[in-house]
Amino acid sequence: MTHLAEPETAVPRWIALWPALMLGLFFLVPFGIMLSVSVAHRVEGGFFEPGFEWASYIRFLTPFFGRVLAVSLGISLAAAAICVVLAFPFTVFLATMSRTVQTRVLVVLLSVLSLSEVIIGFSLSTLLSQTAGIGNLFAAIGLIDAPRAYTPSLFALLTGLCYLGFPFAVLVLYAPVSRLDPEIVEAARVMGASAARAFFGVVVPLQRGALTGAFILIFVFTLGSYLLPQLLGRPEHWTLSVHITDQAIYQANLPFAAAMSVFLMLVALALVGLASLAGRDRGAA
Amino acid sequence: MINRRAFLAATSAGAAMLAAPSVLRASGAALKVGTYGGYFQNSFDKFIYPDFTKETGIEIESIGEPTGEAWLVQLGQAARANQAPADVSMMAQVARIKGERAGLWAKLDESKMKNLGVLPEHFVHHYEDGALYGTGAVSWYVSLVTNTATYPEAPTSWKALWAPEQKDKLGLMSLASNSFLLEITATTFFGGTDILKTDDGVLQVMAKLAELKPNVRLWYRDEGQFQQALETGEIPMGEYYHDVTGLAASQGKPVRSTFPEEGAVLDSGSWVVSKASKMLDQAQVFIDYMAQPAVQAKLSRNVGTAPTVPRNLTDLTDAEFAAVSSDKAPILPLSTLYVDKGDWVSQKWSELITG
Repeated sequence: MTHLAEPETAVPRWIALWPALMLGLFFLVPFGIMLSVSVAHRVEGGFFEPGFEWASYIRFLTPFFGRVLAVSLGISLAAAAICVVLAFPFTVFLATMSRTVQTRVLVVLLSVLSLSEVIIGFSLSTLLSQTAGIGNLFAAIGLIDAPRAYTPSLFALLTGLCYLGFPFAVLVLYAPVSRLDPEIVEAARVMGASAARAFFGVVVPLQRGALTGAFILIFVFTLGSYLLPQLLGRPEHWTLSVHITDQAIYQANLPFAAAMSVFLMLVALALVGLASLAGRDRGAA
Repeated sequence: MINRRAFLAATSAGAAMLAAPSVLRASGAALKVGTYGGYFQNSFDKFIYPDFTKETGIEIESIGEPTGEAWLVQLGQAARANQAPADVSMMAQVARIKGERAGLWAKLDESKMKNLGVLPEHFVHHYEDGALYGTGAVSWYVSLVTNTATYPEAPTSWKALWAPEQKDKLGLMSLASNSFLLEITATTFFGGTDILKTDDGVLQVMAKLAELKPNVRLWYRDEGQFQQALETGEIPMGEYYHDVTGLAASQGKPVRSTFPEEGAVLDSGSWVVSKASKMLDQAQVFIDYMAQPAVQAKLSRNVGTAPTVPRNLTDLTDAEFAAVSSDKAPILPLSTLYVDKGDWVSQKWSELITG
């Protein structure tokens, strides 16, 4: 914070007005509209009227939607955890390779980001299908008796979400991991730590902040996914985002959809806040 | 089909906006007729409107409308300003009934419409005071479909969906209001849809429906996803559109559509006139014209819809008729259920499916 107080800054202060204006226009205003719709009066068999009532929020506070919310959070937390656990060793390993290899791998990962959720969902559902999927391969080499489908299932859904999230995790982790001073690990090794001990005892704690950042990013990113749960999950894996889509588009119940969105956002913000607090404390220590 | 129609409607609405200057020029004495944008609108532009203008001298300005509630909301708001974005509109049944409740549709003069006698009762819509306000426009069937390689014998009843050997093999639509599974279950196991007129009855039907959950592999919102899976045999049985399935079969795909003994679901769109329309006379001529068996037969051949009039009045051949319809009594959607208790039904439905 101290350098901000210095009289000379690289850019004029007023330049901050521009993002502030854009943020107000394209985030706060739509968010305000969503808040006002969430308390509007739902006209059954019609649309909605302006008003102020808590009916949509009260409808949400049932064991049914509590379970849906728990499923959404559980799936996103699991996807975030799997992505980070896979991406971190991958990135540490990547950072030890030559510059050319690193660039090529990063370009491939970036190209994955250009694929839409629909393409990923359909590809995975084919890959995991009974008629054309890997079940046929497993059956051919004798692992299973007959080809079977692995979709829709929780496994298929998490695979899809991790496919989406993994490149983001690597990109978030790449910069801090590549800046890691190799001498620190060498020092640990010189003092007698095994490779595993050095990794878990030195590298992981040093990167705690970056790991938390990647975890939060994937968590929030997958929380909004509504296509993959429909394509790859069973109904019990339909996330709150799927129910929001149903209410908004098919039931024309915008107040309820808005109320669910507000709720989802509040819970996500609370979790993100908790996670970043935890990450910051350890990072500072 | 709803998804595709909605999508086509959205794209054509954009195209219509771009073409707005020419639309304004063309407006004058033309009757504005709204149909679902995209496939429907194109087909009507090509096969129906030119002949109508030739026969009656009434020019038509074709309007592409979105499916579902959006058009109803627009018509309602425009009517408050005494404007009619379209004089005549094709409306889905739930939207039609909501408009009826709101008194949005103009009352029509039955004495000036001589062809309506050929329409079955469920395609002639009256206000509670008995005044006519609309007629069936087009209809299509949702039937029991199977992959012919997996099922060499066609199933004969909707009961096949409940059979234990169908475990994890079905594809069904994911919403109460577009799958019509409540109506199908009520007709198959409870002797008709009357049981759905009470809350207890709806819950009883849902309990029966819950028994087939282990058999469902896919609750689909996107029709393309199911059609592909049906054709490959990945999901070899389910409910789908009769006309589209027939088309796929005619292209050599191993699929078939069956009209079960309990009947297939007959979904439809209806013609209604906005009360703000200043062209009521022309609108009546149009609606009357569209009810003619010859025009309905033309729609069946060129658009793939089922005729709204009895088959013996049309000159459709057996093959042409079978491609779009059946002589078996249809299961009629209980649209008022989704108007009056839509939120309750959708909540119970979500609990049923995902629970």
